[in-house]
Amino acid sequence: MASIDIAAIHKSYGIHPVLHGIDLEIKDGEFVVLVGPSGCGKSTLLRMIAGLEAVTDGEIRIDGKRVNDLAPKDRDIAMVFQSYALYPHMSVAKNMSYSLRLRKTAKEKIASVVASAATKLGLDPLMERRPKALSGGQRQRVAMGRAIVREPKAFLFDEPLSNLDARLREQMRAEIKKLHQDLGATSIYVTHDQIEAMTLADRIVAMHGGIIQQVGSPLELYDNPANLFVAGFIGSPGMNFFEGRYLATGDTANFALTGGIVLPLGGTAKLADGSRATLGIRPEHVILGAEGPDTMMATVDLVEPTGFGIIVHLKLGPVAFKAFTLDRRFLGMHGEVAVKLPVPNLHFFNEEGRKV
Amino acid sequence: MTAKRIASVVAHRLAILAYVAFALFPLYWLLKVSVTPNKLLYSEGIKMWPSRTSFEHFEFVLKHSDFPVFFKNSLIVSGSTAIIVTVLASLAGYAMSRFDFRGKYWIVTLMLLTQMFPLVMLVAPIFKILSPLGLTNSLTGLVIVYTAFNVPFATFLMQSFFDGIPKDLEEAAMIDGATQFVAFRQIILPLTLPGIAATLGFVFTAAWSELLFSLMLISGNDAATFPVGLLSFVSKFSVDFGQMMAAGVMALIPACLFFLLIQRYLVQGLTAGAVKG
Repeated sequence: MASIDIAAIHKSYGIHPVLHGIDLEIKDGEFVVLVGPSGCGKSTLLRMIAGLEAVTDGEIRIDGKRVNDLAPKDRDIAMVFQSYALYPHMSVAKNMSYSLRLRKTAKEKIASVVASAATKLGLDPLMERRPKALSGGQRQRVAMGRAIVREPKAFLFDEPLSNLDARLREQMRAEIKKLHQDLGATSIYVTHDQIEAMTLADRIVAMHGGIIQQVGSPLELYDNPANLFVAGFIGSPGMNFFEGRYLATGDTANFALTGGIVLPLGGTAKLADGSRATLGIRPEHVILGAEGPDTMMATVDLVEPTGFGIIVHLKLGPVAFKAFTLDRRFLGMHGEVAVKLPVPNLHFFNEEGRKV
Repeated sequence: MTAKRIASVVAHRLAILAYVAFALFPLYWLLKVSVTPNKLLYSEGIKMWPSRTSFEHFEFVLKHSDFPVFFKNSLIVSGSTAIIVTVLASLAGYAMSRFDFRGKYWIVTLMLLTQMFPLVMLVAPIFKILSPLGLTNSLTGLVIVYTAFNVPFATFLMQSFFDGIPKDLEEAAMIDGATQFVAFRQIILPLTLPGIAATLGFVFTAAWSELLFSLMLISGNDAATFPVGLLSFVSKFSVDFGQMMAAGVMALIPACLFFLLIQRYLVQGLTAGAVKG
């Protein structure tokens, strides 16, 4: 097991820059998830740590040792690919033992390590099969087995669950988490699925446009997003955003939406009077059927029951937003409903999109 | 509906049958003439099968002609060419498929360019080059020429096979502890066996049936390959069709055997199950 330090990493393909200076310290035994939309550079960063992409500028250290110029085989890391990348002409047992055989490990040692990994992953009855005779979930497990037999310094996961169906993904997600608890191995996990990021990570690294947007625990990112990108990316259904102008009047302030509607805020935010800003609120914080002051009437556009709760699509004038509620009374709702946006749950973002 | 379907299936099969009959008829005729005794060859008129068959032509060709020498020469030339070209094309095709290097575009262009000239144009210059090197009238010379002419196409062929193998596989192997060359040898190459078989087969048959260069570069029977040897059955006053056809039938045997050996790899989809299915 080892720590991984990434310092001022840049990557460009020809004249096209992909990563613009990434700094990240990953502690020994930590589970870090790199999350972001496709094209944000998260996979590139992972592949640079693996040694599959050259580093344009900056430094990567594994266990304190600079690895920029080391071949992948000399970095002592294991990787699980999105496509699983199982060797089609080898049995499950041969797939799992390939790395050990390359290192000329003793036969008895290989047999015992592979057997214990197989038992851990429930692969015992499949050891003589070829990959093509396995289901998606089984292939996924073999790919993990291939990684764990080596006891590497770190595990790298490149969207390992993207090819599985929703049910299996949920199951494998839990298995990966459990495996990490058992092995305590330093892990870097790349995904575009924010649920995977939230459920698996000790720390999430949210990336966008080749830049780290925010690093923090899952709930830090959820409760206190650093900017509009993180606020919109983390959480499902996503955060509602209202664009408008912040108007301060003494102790209280209002927020004038672009559509002409004025939201009373009942408090102040760290914004200059009259400045353009974005107001954000998570759907589950929107209060439906509210009474008392500071309520507004919104039009119900659409009601989506998810079983667990209900997503209500609403309109405040021309501005669309969503509310999430567990209260089934709202299932048959139509017409207008009184809504309230509680001030403690509001997020304000300035013109540059930063949280204030 | 079902009647219509049956009719279309029948029509489809008949069309295939007609095509196969058309394609195989010359081979059938080759076989037929080779077993027809000399006496009946001109006296019986055109018959689908002679009233009496014999193997006298085969016997004559094997015992009293230079055919065994031609056969051996052809085997040496075609076999060596096939192996050398396939090894070179595998390495070159892999490089084309996986590496980005300076001048790649120009190398590809140049290789395509070599395919554009008719061979006849090149016979004289090649003879001029090989002659002072003592490579005319030698099997080595033929192997060199055939290799040079087959490598570009075989490289493109192999490249397309390598392109079809996911890059993830060798990256996984490299992370597992292999160098790029070990990953190529242990992971990629076994998966390319169908491609290698196809390339071997293609080059072998191309070299096996090549006439122009062997005719121009080889004089005398010692180093003649069998397409040239077949011409020795044509004499000034007559053509010995029976013996020629018997030699032709025997010349088919290695090609058939060769394809029988590699057909397992040609049809096998080895990469199934490598990545998501």
